[in-house]
Amino acid sequence: MIRIKYFARLREAVGQREESLPLPESVATVTDLRDFLGRRDEAWQQAMQMGGLLVAVNQTVVDWNQPLSGDEEVAFFPPVTGG
Amino acid sequence: MISIQQADFSLQQEYEALRADCPTIGAIVTFTGLMRDFNQGDDIQGLFLEHYPGMTEKSLADICSQARDRWPVEQIRIIHRIGELRPSDQIVFVGVSGQHRGEAFAACEFIMDYLKTRAPFWKREITREGSRWVDARDSDTDAAERWQK
Repeated sequence: MIRIKYFARLREAVGQREESLPLPESVATVTDLRDFLGRRDEAWQQAMQMGGLLVAVNQTVVDWNQPLSGDEEVAFFPPVTGG
Repeated sequence: MISIQQADFSLQQEYEALRADCPTIGAIVTFTGLMRDFNQGDDIQGLFLEHYPGMTEKSLADICSQARDRWPVEQIRIIHRIGELRPSDQIVFVGVSGQHRGEAFAACEFIMDYLKTRAPFWKREITREGSRWVDARDSDTDAAERWQK
């Protein structure tokens, strides 16, 4: 199972904090996962195309070509604004 | 040491802890970030700080270790508050001790610049008209990028 978390503006846009799902067959990278989630409906499509969206795998920010094997924690979030 | 907490912190207490039991220390630099009551022309009445538990601690530990690779500092202390905050509240503390001021100043500024652009915190502002997520600033990205030159 792949564990997916959403934060801040993105969490509100998709209406959930986290979910778990078996790695879909079409998904080999984090970009594939973003595209897969974006196909759910119009709200998801808009949310997953949010400008500056970042992705972390196992709590480290990664490039959009990062491969997935199916047992990771993946998080999508907007640019950070702490401090 | 890294703390993510709702509670406020005491500058004096943190300073004393950095100073304690280390006669090789010749300099302590501290930075405290406060909540402003204005942003983009609006009065801000409050703030809510969200974060990514687990990754927040991990990313701050990574930033500390990068600072240590660059400068020979002694101790590093980071506190970041989360949850609801009011104008003038303390939000963030970075304290660095070292043998000399140069490395302590540089490491403290580096840590803040990297924290602002890499640590997974998000601010939501409460104004009279409602609440809104704060947008990331290009000036923060520029500040972090100058350390890569």
